[in-house]
Amino acid sequence: MPWGEFKDTAAERRLFQRRTMVMLVVVLVMLGILVARMYQLQIVEHEIYTTLSDKNRVQVQSVAPPRGLVYDRNNELLAENRPVFGVTLVPERVDGMEETLAKLSSILSISDEDMERFQRRLREPRRPFQPLPLRYDLNEKEIASLAVHRHELPGVEVSAELVRYYPHSELTAHALGFVGRINREELQRIDPVNYAGTNYIGKSGIERFYESLLHGQVGYQHVETNARGRTLRVLERQNPVPGEDIELHLDLRLQRLAHQLLDGRRGAIVAVEPETGGLLALASVPGFDANQFVTGISVGDYRGLSEDLDKPLFNRALRGQYPPGSTLKPMLAVAALDSGATTRDRTIWDPGYFQLQTGGRRYRDWKRSGHGWVDLTDAVAESCDIYFYEIAVEMGVDTMYEYLSQFGFGEDATLDVSGALSGLLPSRDWKRAVRNEPWYPGDSVNMGIGQGFMLATPLQLATATALIANRGRWVEPRLLRGIKGDRSAEEFLPPPDHDPLVLKNPDTWEFVVDAMAEVMHGTKGTARGAARGAPYRMAGKTGTAQVFSLAEDEEYEEEEVRERLRDHALFVGFAPIDDPEIAVAVIVENGGSGSGTAAPVARALFDAWLLGFPDDVAPVVTDTGGTR
Amino acid sequence: MLGKALGQAYQRPLSKPRSPWAAVHLDPILLALLLLLIGGGLFVLYSGADRNIEVVKAQGIRMAVALVVMIVFAQLDPAVFRRWAPWLYLAGVGGLVAVLLVGVGAKGAQRWLALPGLPRFQPSELMKLVVPMMTAWYLSRHFLPPRVSRVAVALLIVLVPMAMIILQPDLGTSLLVGTAGLFVVFFAGMSWRLIGAFVGMVSVAAPLMWFFVMKEYQKQRVLTLLDPQSDPLGAGWNIIQSKTAIGSGGVEGKGWLQGTQSHLEFLPESHTDFIVAVLAEEFGFVGILVLMTVYLLIILRCLYIAATAQDSFSRLLAGALTMTFFIYIFVNVGMVSGLLPVVGVPLPLISYGGTSGVTLMAAFGVLMSIHTHRRMISA
Repeated sequence: MPWGEFKDTAAERRLFQRRTMVMLVVVLVMLGILVARMYQLQIVEHEIYTTLSDKNRVQVQSVAPPRGLVYDRNNELLAENRPVFGVTLVPERVDGMEETLAKLSSILSISDEDMERFQRRLREPRRPFQPLPLRYDLNEKEIASLAVHRHELPGVEVSAELVRYYPHSELTAHALGFVGRINREELQRIDPVNYAGTNYIGKSGIERFYESLLHGQVGYQHVETNARGRTLRVLERQNPVPGEDIELHLDLRLQRLAHQLLDGRRGAIVAVEPETGGLLALASVPGFDANQFVTGISVGDYRGLSEDLDKPLFNRALRGQYPPGSTLKPMLAVAALDSGATTRDRTIWDPGYFQLQTGGRRYRDWKRSGHGWVDLTDAVAESCDIYFYEIAVEMGVDTMYEYLSQFGFGEDATLDVSGALSGLLPSRDWKRAVRNEPWYPGDSVNMGIGQGFMLATPLQLATATALIANRGRWVEPRLLRGIKGDRSAEEFLPPPDHDPLVLKNPDTWEFVVDAMAEVMHGTKGTARGAARGAPYRMAGKTGTAQVFSLAEDEEYEEEEVRERLRDHALFVGFAPIDDPEIAVAVIVENGGSGSGTAAPVARALFDAWLLGFPDDVAPVVTDTGGTR
Repeated sequence: MLGKALGQAYQRPLSKPRSPWAAVHLDPILLALLLLLIGGGLFVLYSGADRNIEVVKAQGIRMAVALVVMIVFAQLDPAVFRRWAPWLYLAGVGGLVAVLLVGVGAKGAQRWLALPGLPRFQPSELMKLVVPMMTAWYLSRHFLPPRVSRVAVALLIVLVPMAMIILQPDLGTSLLVGTAGLFVVFFAGMSWRLIGAFVGMVSVAAPLMWFFVMKEYQKQRVLTLLDPQSDPLGAGWNIIQSKTAIGSGGVEGKGWLQGTQSHLEFLPESHTDFIVAVLAEEFGFVGILVLMTVYLLIILRCLYIAATAQDSFSRLLAGALTMTFFIYIFVNVGMVSGLLPVVGVPLPLISYGGTSGVTLMAAFGVLMSIHTHRRMISA
């Protein structure tokens, strides 16, 4: 149908034009209403709003809550807040940026880096009238001279803020983590209202894990400002709710001792309270001063830290993944006895090497001449490799995997330790997936002495040791001991999720513990030197992890191996035997032997914990040769 | 006017040679007014965005794109819009369904459709043009004024997409889409009695909407409007601050870039929805009068285009698009000055951002197309 064929177009047009007139009237009336409204606001009520605008510039400002403090178990302050004065500029209010900066440089010392950062932030998109920091940490003299020159420097303000300070940072940086300025990525994640006045956020460790607990609730104040935006007075204030003060299991004395014992070395010490799973010490040496990260570390300092060969920024306790070496033997002994791969009385002849089949590759014992006839207790006490080669092959990888995973290997079993790594607990599936190779019996042989693919962190070793100390009762490692006030740590800790390791014969625990006691107190125990003269009984196991592997018949000459290629010294243990109060894992990188280097460290920790802290401790790490 | 149009039926009028403007299918008067508005808008925006030249540049580019869109739309014959109206409508409704099912968005609203290979777009924005087109297409197929049953169908055409946009939820856009369609029905000659009945129905539906459809934040906006002091730091803050900005501007205003309310961060959204408060503060009542005059001139020109259009479809579409533009102005200025609740409608062609500028300019393109594609055979 052609358009409009039977339509009365003229009538339709007239109808439309009538309606358009109606609409025109409507438009005029409604625009009239808008104009009348504007007339009312701008002319009739002008005075009211001028007053509101000029005299009563009420601004809402957020007030950042003070961050919760962190204490150790003895009420020693580990993280506090310090007022820091800085100088900020509001670019919109500054008369001539160049001259102002030049004048400021003559009053204060402003480093090139500060200046560069300021210029960069000046160029970045930002909210107008937002103060930009130029320099932090002014001293009193600088504040005073700024006050004298204040009238010449519009837009320049001295600002005070509470900034995190770690009084013992070199000791605690790895255990606590640290806070830093909120970055762009974190900005997306946080609640913009609650963080309206906050400039810092937990970047790692406890500071990160308990961020919501430590941060608190933002407060507000209504302030009256003048036409230039300067605060005249505070009208009304809703105080912020400070973050919770928390108490950690950590013992600063033990932490300090750990650092002193490893002074000048690289290594890690993890001490666990077997009863609670609380981490008494979590030391990674060398440490670093986290305070410089809080307000922003200079590029040069950061490069210095990150390029340091000793890697002070690397958290060895949580993230250092080492072959556990012989320290794995007590756990394997538990597995072998419980799975029936061996018995308590079984003896094996150790000629100094082990072969899967006659004429095959010779897996050597650390003692070239061999240990002769050994039973399981001897094998643990003397750290006989041949015995463990034998039972590892008999158990096979599946059995070893099953038991070792129950000891917490291959997973991050911690409750509130952020950043802990899982190590590597190899299995048939893992090897197929990652290496695309079947599991060879030779792999089991290596796993029997904690070498080969297996990797564990010092924290994992301490956790597994605590499990033995607890005779199978699981305690997940944790840092939070309580909240100051009335709230218990359980409210904030993630729920524990491990079943106890129940053995077919519970006596097996005692047997393995006794074997570990032989290591310390037995006549042939590898760490008998370290336990000499102790008024209490302890259990332990030494270990040595190869940094590089030796060919089958290569002679191992320690002197020729350069320092950084020397073996890592390891030790795990707990004390006292019957009612364990402390379980430790010690690793000294390139320390040589576990018995000579790592075991004395553990002894010093045990002594301090059980007998009292000495006033001053000299490093006990010495280079005695010793056994593995 | 009518007789002249009929008289010119079969030949090009000799007395009035085809102007170069008609050749490029642009209307110089409307174009001049729009450029004046956009130019002045950028000027105010520089102040509203706190002298951030980047914002002005971005808006300038967006407006340039919108102008190109307008020119492109102006080249299309109105018959093209008529032919395509039903298909565009179906595609638009399909798009809205897709938005509800797989749309992306932020802050609890789902408005965008991200199709692979295409830039993200908002089907609801498109519907501001398509719904009046469809309604005009449907009603102009038959004689006017429409019968009651056809009015009912037309209302259905409007209400379906409107409801779907409310579900996103985007009250502001659904309001604009709805009014665009309803104006078509009105212009088509829906009887006054029916209009009365419709208004009656809406006033019954409003309380029902309040209890069953509106989200908490939308209710809050209405409540805040009634008593801004009830929530001086939350939703009321915007209204109090924008009223203060407007009121303190007085007759002549504080001068360009001198507005303390907007520059000291008292006024939120000072370069987007609340930009008219910046204008009122800095240029005073005089500035407001100038702005309203420019808007009125644009509307008058558009209504003239509508009234002189040759066929019913063009007339209805032109009239409805013009009125939609007016509704933008009324709702935005009304909400900034505290007459209406805050519904998130920008000040047309001045507020920063959004795709609404492009849609609006496309609508002006349609109007110019209607005005410049005059068939010599009277319809």
